[in-house]
Amino acid sequence: MDVLRITTSGSVDDGKSTLIGRLLYDTKSITQDKMEALQAASKRKGLDFTDLSLLTDGLIAEREQGITIDVAHIYFSTPNRKYIIADTPGHFEYTRNMVTGASTAQVSLILIDARKGIVEQTYRHFFIACMLRIPHLVVCINKMDLVEYDQARFNQIVEDFQALLKGSHYEDKEVKFIPISSLYGENVVTRTEKISWYNEQPLLEYLESITFDLNDRQHPARFPVQYVIRPKTDQHHDFRGFAGKIASGSFHVGKEIVSLPNGQRSRIKSIEKFDQQLDAAHAGESVVITLEDEIDISRGNLLVTPDSVPEGKKELQASICWMDQQKLTAGKTYLLQHGANRIKAKVQQLHHVVEVTSNRTEEKQEMGLNDIGRITLKTAQPVFADAYAENPANGTFILVDEFSNATVAVGFVE
Amino acid sequence: MSSSIQWQFPRALEDEAIYILRETAAQFERPAILFSGGKDSITLVRLAQKAFYPGKIPFPLLHVDTGHNFPETIQFRDWLVESLGLNLIVRNVQDSIDQGKAKEETGKYASRNALQTVTLLDAIEELKFDACIGGARRDEEKARAKERIFSVRDEFGQWNAKIQRPELFDMLNGKINIGENVRVFPISNWTELDVWNYIREEELQIPSIYFSHEREIIERDGMYWPYSSFLNTSEDEVPFRSKVRFRTVGDMTCTAAVLSEADKLEDIISEILAAKISERGARIDDKRSEAAMEKRKQAGYF
Repeated sequence: MDVLRITTSGSVDDGKSTLIGRLLYDTKSITQDKMEALQAASKRKGLDFTDLSLLTDGLIAEREQGITIDVAHIYFSTPNRKYIIADTPGHFEYTRNMVTGASTAQVSLILIDARKGIVEQTYRHFFIACMLRIPHLVVCINKMDLVEYDQARFNQIVEDFQALLKGSHYEDKEVKFIPISSLYGENVVTRTEKISWYNEQPLLEYLESITFDLNDRQHPARFPVQYVIRPKTDQHHDFRGFAGKIASGSFHVGKEIVSLPNGQRSRIKSIEKFDQQLDAAHAGESVVITLEDEIDISRGNLLVTPDSVPEGKKELQASICWMDQQKLTAGKTYLLQHGANRIKAKVQQLHHVVEVTSNRTEEKQEMGLNDIGRITLKTAQPVFADAYAENPANGTFILVDEFSNATVAVGFVE
Repeated sequence: MSSSIQWQFPRALEDEAIYILRETAAQFERPAILFSGGKDSITLVRLAQKAFYPGKIPFPLLHVDTGHNFPETIQFRDWLVESLGLNLIVRNVQDSIDQGKAKEETGKYASRNALQTVTLLDAIEELKFDACIGGARRDEEKARAKERIFSVRDEFGQWNAKIQRPELFDMLNGKINIGENVRVFPISNWTELDVWNYIREEELQIPSIYFSHEREIIERDGMYWPYSSFLNTSEDEVPFRSKVRFRTVGDMTCTAAVLSEADKLEDIISEILAAKISERGARIDDKRSEAAMEKRKQAGYF
């Protein structure tokens, strides 16, 4: 059974919460007591309908203000697949939450109100999907019931959206457009006669049919060492295993590896998963690797294969999203966390900040909360990252403030 | 969605949890597993065993004992510790009460559930734990749905929902200031069903009260409460015997039973798939208000 992670974003008005509620309700993932609690809470608020957003807006402040502040995680399952939805607010003040929710997603689900068409929020959502290169893009044109299930209206919005796709990351990729009414559950889980002109799959059926890109396996082999296991017991006296989760590619017993940063080589003696001995392991698997030779390896080292050794760089060009109240200051030192490695890094130059909804860049001397921009970083030791566009799993980092210890930015290596 | 289908456990969740446990061991000096004897903390112990094999689990278990546990849970705890050679540390809520730091609740809904926080925070301070690993899951409750995997708490153990650190991709930032500590939730993305399927596939032992058994119960507020000397009952609450089991294991004063004949894991899983009531719907402690969990978390609860 696999896990499909979806990011969705928007305001209550788009019917996003209703859509999620519908997915939960129609897949029987919401229980009667939760449904009753929702009905009671809606009544207390003086609403004459069941407000499914109360299900996801879990914090007191969110319920008070009727807004989503934070990333909420929602789970549902079908017999084929487990789904995790990272539900994030769509307002510009929460761009950082949208980026956070999108960072683990394989599917970006964009909701458009059929009456309104493409709005500012749509551009922001689309920009983030492009920046993170989320593999699958699904555009749900919602509230079809309020435009009399008009095919021409649907086609118009699709056409407008396709204009956005030109020249973007998704230009030559499949983008799915689905007309739905989440309020009445039409084309969400089941088809509807009211949209008989639409012959394709409803939303859930489409999500069920998505096949995973095995890209992470085809990418170069990268194994960040998290932890060294040395039991020093009688039974395992000389055991020295390197524990980690394979970031990308595959590793095979008997094959040669290179350890970075020192460049020492050895061969893989064993790949272990608890008491199992494996011949090979692939991206996403948490394993322990032992080597033929006693070479010096500790947390933060990166094991790779000799056919694809990444270049160590002390100067990085990157796009970043700023996530802290305190502004980015050029010249300031931060800790750069890449994989299991932490290195001191200085922001050498801030090139520009992007206005997300228009895609225009602006030269600026500072970056504030929710800004997206391009910077040059200088690091104290070489960083063995890949370009995000070529190997996302080894192409990201976070910046940590040395004084507050807060995570202040996420970066995408160019 | 037929309840006869036995769903598989998604193995990606195990890889993720093991990754989180290894990050915890690497980024902190003194982590501990918060162990209650319930199925979620039993799952954590299994994951930790796998994460560091063939080495030993590099942290102790901390059990905050309310004194109102099901005896079956304590027996199970001691058996697990013995069979895996674990290091168990127990701290008692009774001691906090005796020291005047916590006050016993009164009335028929009296429970020591909220009092655990005092004992837990004292234990963290005394034993200098900088990371406490818990078995909380985001599907349990809506405030938990918003909590991070590495959740930073201040000196008073308080969770502040508004200043949480963003967690991107799988990168975890465990850097903290002096006095702060972190709660770590490796099975954040698991659901109740995932935990049961994992227990089934891994053939894990769990306390007997999860399976159908005959027990004395009383009916109160539409729920079945286990009858015990810890429960304050009124005269008209007459205990009777019935076949029940527990979906979640807390104290005897805050865990409601469900009428059930399920005595095998397969039957339990079928029952959950068909259930109309959520898991925490049987937790009396959550019924106190709509925001009961968020308020307890702000006060330093798990």
